[in-house]
Amino acid sequence: MNRLTNLFQHKTADVLNVYFTAGFPQLNDTVPVLRALQEAGADLVEIGMPYSDPVADGETIQRSNQQALENGMTVGKLFEQLQDIRQQGITVPILLMGYLNPVVQFGVEKFCQHCQAVGIDGVILPDLPLEVYEREYRPLFAEYGLKVVFLVTPQTSAARVRQLDALADGFIYLVAAAGTTGAQTDMNADVDAYLSRTKELGLRNPTLVGFGISDAASFAAASRHTTGAIIGSAFIRLLQQTPAGERTAAIHDFVAGIRPVLA
Amino acid sequence: MTLTAPSPYRVDAAGYYGTFGGAYVPEMLYPNVEELRDNYLRIIEEPGFQREFTQLLTDYVGRPTPLFLAERLSAHIGTTIYLKREDLCHTGAHKINNTIGQILVAKRLGKRRIVAETGAGQHGVATATVCALMGLECIVYMGAVDIERQRPNVDRMRMLGAQVVPARSGSQTLKDATNEAMRHWISNPTDTHYIIGSVVGPHPYPDMVSRFQSVISAEIIRQLLHQTGRATPDFVLACVGGGSNAAGAFYHYLDEPSVRLIAAEAAGQGVDTGHSAATTALGKPGILHGASTILMQTEDGQVTEPYSISAGLDYPGIGPQHAQLFATGRAEFMSITDKAALDAAFQLSRLEGIIPALETAHALACLPLIGAKKDDVVVVCLSGRGDKDLATYTKHLEEYS
Repeated sequence: MNRLTNLFQHKTADVLNVYFTAGFPQLNDTVPVLRALQEAGADLVEIGMPYSDPVADGETIQRSNQQALENGMTVGKLFEQLQDIRQQGITVPILLMGYLNPVVQFGVEKFCQHCQAVGIDGVILPDLPLEVYEREYRPLFAEYGLKVVFLVTPQTSAARVRQLDALADGFIYLVAAAGTTGAQTDMNADVDAYLSRTKELGLRNPTLVGFGISDAASFAAASRHTTGAIIGSAFIRLLQQTPAGERTAAIHDFVAGIRPVLA
Repeated sequence: MTLTAPSPYRVDAAGYYGTFGGAYVPEMLYPNVEELRDNYLRIIEEPGFQREFTQLLTDYVGRPTPLFLAERLSAHIGTTIYLKREDLCHTGAHKINNTIGQILVAKRLGKRRIVAETGAGQHGVATATVCALMGLECIVYMGAVDIERQRPNVDRMRMLGAQVVPARSGSQTLKDATNEAMRHWISNPTDTHYIIGSVVGPHPYPDMVSRFQSVISAEIIRQLLHQTGRATPDFVLACVGGGSNAAGAFYHYLDEPSVRLIAAEAAGQGVDTGHSAATTALGKPGILHGASTILMQTEDGQVTEPYSISAGLDYPGIGPQHAQLFATGRAEFMSITDKAALDAAFQLSRLEGIIPALETAHALACLPLIGAKKDDVVVVCLSGRGDKDLATYTKHLEEYS
């Protein structure tokens, strides 16, 4: 069974998804960071494919993208790095997140084939229009066992949320507040009302909240009405600040600090 | 009853020009783009809107701009050349046709703040101008590198009351300013309108901007008929960065196959030098700033940084309609080097007493290359004036003395 589907069948609350950029801080850090996250207890991991023009991302993730590109990261290189992970004890569900153009240039079907070959469970392509997905890519993604995640924001109408929910089969990514990744979202009454309103729609997919989640308090607040939450920029900052030798321990402490009750 | 086939060069109901166009935006931008898509045609077709738009173009911008028979240049090249004088618009370029139209749309959508990107600063000035005129807050993103090299336009924007914000991401030029403007729009989805400066971006921007710029070819038709007795020239020439003045100059001739449409791209130091902005020569299909189009990119799909002496042509893509005009062969794309553009700028200055913008000079540089005969009628869209480029021209004065 798809690892993502399996995860959500067994875990319906406090799911922690951690994002990091492939090839960051050093080109060959992708798999060590992935392994450390699994060992630290992350429920799923979202690997970002770096892009020159990431419009949905704030400064922290932009810089990590730029650094990764300067390190020589490409879509092809990422698949090389991930080649044997499933034989090497990596069991955590993995999503690839990225902008559409590098995937299109790599070749969408070839991309799906490689995802299946290395054991990728799903994709998040924020600038892939829903109708293009439905018309051109849906059968391909299904053929190669890739689950698809769509974003929903506080401005998304209820009708469109239902439309996105009908076509998604991984989870629904709830963007906490208007803004790019890494914006300081304070988990105020507005956000709470939006998350609770979304819960009442009774979506068929699990929901994970992202954008501005950085610590135990924001994780707990975000998870109240949802299946869990996504941490990206705060984790990238950790990778930036931590010397390579201390990284595994720092990742362990970071994940444990997000969910103290489970540690 | 006759059924007319839809034009392959105009936007279809889904927002595409052939395979180009569409709205490849993250969900955070979807409501903004949807609001615009669902309302722009209704708004701009309202008689009240048309009245206000036309009046501002007349009394504020100074339209119609003249169509000028350039006799000495014609004699020199050996054909009959008319210059469509967009350089005489208020603020010095065609850009204001679009900003007037878009700010009227923004007001009708109840927006209180305007965000825009700018490269050379021409679109930023045109946006700051209409924001002052309408009393709306104005934020212009401009690459930190461009702020340094286009200082006079930065000062103009500030004098007009706009806030100029340096874009410090990526290469710190036009494409990054565009990214930052989009991010600002993502963060302020309800009260802000994004005035894109060219026929680029997600649908409906390319269509909306080309409609506002179409006044250029609408006037050419009337003026040419009056001056020559014919409405259609043999050639229309325009430069293409994103392509808004070309979109306007071509607009009413797209379905007139007898009119040859020539688009001048910036070859920079030469198409194969690695310092070029010749998108159709160097690019391939992909996605840039919310549209499927042709763009300059690496094999891995990363957007590359273009180069041109002209900051307004220094963009790694072209609008989706231009991608379609290129792919179908409807328009011919020519690559013009920095040197050829400089030659053409000095030539026009000395022969006709008109100092053109560096962008425009690329279109003028096509004149000897198109094979126009003596009696052929050639219209060049003189998109902007060269005052802003004086520092660059001054550096080359010796070579042309």
